[in-house]
Amino acid sequence: MAVELHVNGVRHQLDVEAEMPLLWVLRDELGLTGTKFGCGVSSCGACTVHVDGTAERSCTLPVGDVDGAHITTIEGLGADEAHPVQIAWIEKQVPQCGYCQSGMIMAVAALLEENPSPSRAELDEAVTNICRCGSYQRIHEAVDGLTNV
Amino acid sequence: MGKWTRRAFLGAGGLVGGGLALGFAFAPNRMTILSGDSDASTAELNTWLTIRLDNTIKVIVPHSEMGQGTQTGLPMMLADELDADWSTVTMEQAPATETYANNDVARGFVLGDTTLPESVSRMLDFSLFKVAQIAGLQITGGSASIRFTGQLAMRRAGAAAKHMLLQAAATRWDVPVESLSANESIVTHATSGRSATYGELANEAALVAPPVEPTLKSPSDFTIIGQSQPRFDIPAKVDGSAAYGIDIQVPGMMYAAIKHAPVFGASFQAPNVEQVKASPGVIDVIEIDGAIAVVANNFWRAKTALENLELLCVNGDGESMTSAQIYERYAEAALSEDGSYDADEGDVANAMLGADKIVRASYQVPFLAHAAMEPLNCTAWVQNDKCDVWVGHQNPLGARKSAASAAELPEEQVTVHNFMLGGGFGRRSETDFVEQAVTLSRKVGAPVKLIWSREEDIRQDRYRPAVANHMAAALGADGMPTAWQNSYTNSGANEPGESPLTQYAIANQSIKGVDVSSAVPLGAWRSVGHTQHCFFNESFVDELAAEAGQDPYEYRRTLLADMPRHRKVLDTAAEKAGWGTPLPEGHARGIAIEQSFGSIVAQVAEVSVDEFGQVKVHKVTAAVDCGIAVNPNAVDAQIESGIIYGLTAALFGEIEIDEGCVVQSNFPDYPMVRLQDAPEIDVHLIDSGEAIGGIGEPGTPPIAPALTNAIFAATGKRIRSLPVSKHDLA
Repeated sequence: MAVELHVNGVRHQLDVEAEMPLLWVLRDELGLTGTKFGCGVSSCGACTVHVDGTAERSCTLPVGDVDGAHITTIEGLGADEAHPVQIAWIEKQVPQCGYCQSGMIMAVAALLEENPSPSRAELDEAVTNICRCGSYQRIHEAVDGLTNV
Repeated sequence: MGKWTRRAFLGAGGLVGGGLALGFAFAPNRMTILSGDSDASTAELNTWLTIRLDNTIKVIVPHSEMGQGTQTGLPMMLADELDADWSTVTMEQAPATETYANNDVARGFVLGDTTLPESVSRMLDFSLFKVAQIAGLQITGGSASIRFTGQLAMRRAGAAAKHMLLQAAATRWDVPVESLSANESIVTHATSGRSATYGELANEAALVAPPVEPTLKSPSDFTIIGQSQPRFDIPAKVDGSAAYGIDIQVPGMMYAAIKHAPVFGASFQAPNVEQVKASPGVIDVIEIDGAIAVVANNFWRAKTALENLELLCVNGDGESMTSAQIYERYAEAALSEDGSYDADEGDVANAMLGADKIVRASYQVPFLAHAAMEPLNCTAWVQNDKCDVWVGHQNPLGARKSAASAAELPEEQVTVHNFMLGGGFGRRSETDFVEQAVTLSRKVGAPVKLIWSREEDIRQDRYRPAVANHMAAALGADGMPTAWQNSYTNSGANEPGESPLTQYAIANQSIKGVDVSSAVPLGAWRSVGHTQHCFFNESFVDELAAEAGQDPYEYRRTLLADMPRHRKVLDTAAEKAGWGTPLPEGHARGIAIEQSFGSIVAQVAEVSVDEFGQVKVHKVTAAVDCGIAVNPNAVDAQIESGIIYGLTAALFGEIEIDEGCVVQSNFPDYPMVRLQDAPEIDVHLIDSGEAIGGIGEPGTPPIAPALTNAIFAATGKRIRSLPVSKHDLA
């Protein structure tokens, strides 16, 4: 089907299967590889992007369901100037292998947009992304730093 | 390149466009000075370092970056010896060629952490360099990069370059070299007030003969080592620009999804291949060794078509196998009188006869998958006379060898482009997925990106071995052990050989492994044999303390009376955790200590168990003696990482086998610690000034016993098999 997406402010018209997950449209059709494949079942969150401002796991989200939507990926988050979450991530040296961090940063950025000072419990409940390197301690610290500002 | 002699020498030379290149050259004679414009001779120099005329410095790192920070730590070591201006230092990953093969990984693995006499060590250097060449080792693993490559290559190269720069300045100004000093990439002659940057001296320095044995700094003179530096790899990891193997785009590339015979060792039939071939976007369906792949013009189309492919297993050796049977068989096997001894000291039988008390316990740990965040993948393009491979690999040289074999090309015609690794943990030292991508590219005649699904990643891993054991100890009248007996199953992949040993001073010891096997494929998993044996040893010593009616920390402390480094680590962890101080209602602490990969780590876990048996880990305090922490912030991060990786395994980790197949398939049924389960972690580094130890792995082993010992303290229930989640603690 013909799909129109606004990705990081750029309009794309595509002819793809409606059921193709947004993740693979971004990665294989648009070449935006910052968004990662981790599990394919919406469990790990490595594929998190913003769809009309809301954090969504793109690996199971059919592109047909987001026709006309405004999508922000990690490449678009700090395109003009680095996003505060990205700055905090560098300052606290959060990433290790870094593979989960695109999704992690997108999930945290969306949460802070909605709730600028989440409690620890609110953060833990909202951001259920998996990091196998165990950067959780630094994520907690980085978000604490952002919410205390 | 001519025949290599047995010794590596420092070589140096000029660069095209000016400057200094320095590296180890393996050449028939010691001096391999490069001419300024010969690309052929440039190729012979195994370059570690270049200094350009603009005063910038580039360090070539032969190890892969998987988040452990080695591509920052190694340049720090070189830059410190060079007295470089750190702000001008950049790094580049070395190509996959034999000259960067690191025999010291082999040495570290084969010999554990045993210190050898220099003479023996030198002989082994040679023999293991041969081994490393043959085995194609350019491994990032064994927590070895900093302690071997850093110590033996990076620091020497930095010191040698500094010597040459000083010598060049001495010649230029006609002053004694002793009258010069170097700092922040500037050579200064204090008496005359003259100075020159390294860049200004680089061309002349290239003409100076490199020293054979450059003088290394004493640790008290370090200016960069020991000071936390931001990692080079992090900025690209927060804006999506970091390139992992899975991200490579090659023009004309096709995508492949793969499914293996689910029963280990089985073959299969695929009755509806023709139907699947007709699916949208599908280019071909290809059977390769033990697996079948769908190649399509987009990964999702390949994956979707593959999901519709029927696989019927036939003749699986292990088709009735279950993990319960394997564990039962292992527990039985460990009772055997046979086995090969890791330690056989004193007279255990006699000590048992004279014991005040004998304590016995049996333990068991399951198979585990690695589950790195980036699913396994490899992109390959085989053309007539060459093969390109794009992959994130812990062993790019091994990957090249495997690719060459699959492509039926000489290794020199294979180029491995190594990328960032989205986690490795040992899984990315295997080459199965590399061979598959090469084979698929050959068959379709185009570049192919092969991506495994998470389900294949979990079900076709090279698993951390399951181990069962039986332990016994004799306690004297004072409650301290006089004999220690351990018979465990050894199914391979259990190195390093030191891992079963007890670190405690016990006069009579019998520690032996009984060989067992199963159809489950095995591999190296973060910290290898230490994960199983630290759980056994540190649980059992906790049981002995309980039997003796003594505090588990004090009990260990007594046993470590003659081991001051261990004792300081143990004391630091206990003190920082507030051992013995009151805790909230229902909370309890457990402690464990392990030496592995040249470092000593003790951890105290603070846990609570609620009325439903739910375990909550509140805090983990770690003390670490890794000799010298090169990049302390990155060392902290590795300990945090090792704790979370080990905690996931201890709390939830188990790969079960039923009817010959792995039961688990993806994160919903192979759960991980997430933010809500993550304890507060408090890491304390002890600067002992001893030899630099590894840091990627030593954080993992102690957490499982620290956790279960804390659960015992909280509930009185002793957990002797993992994971914790299968025990009813209500």
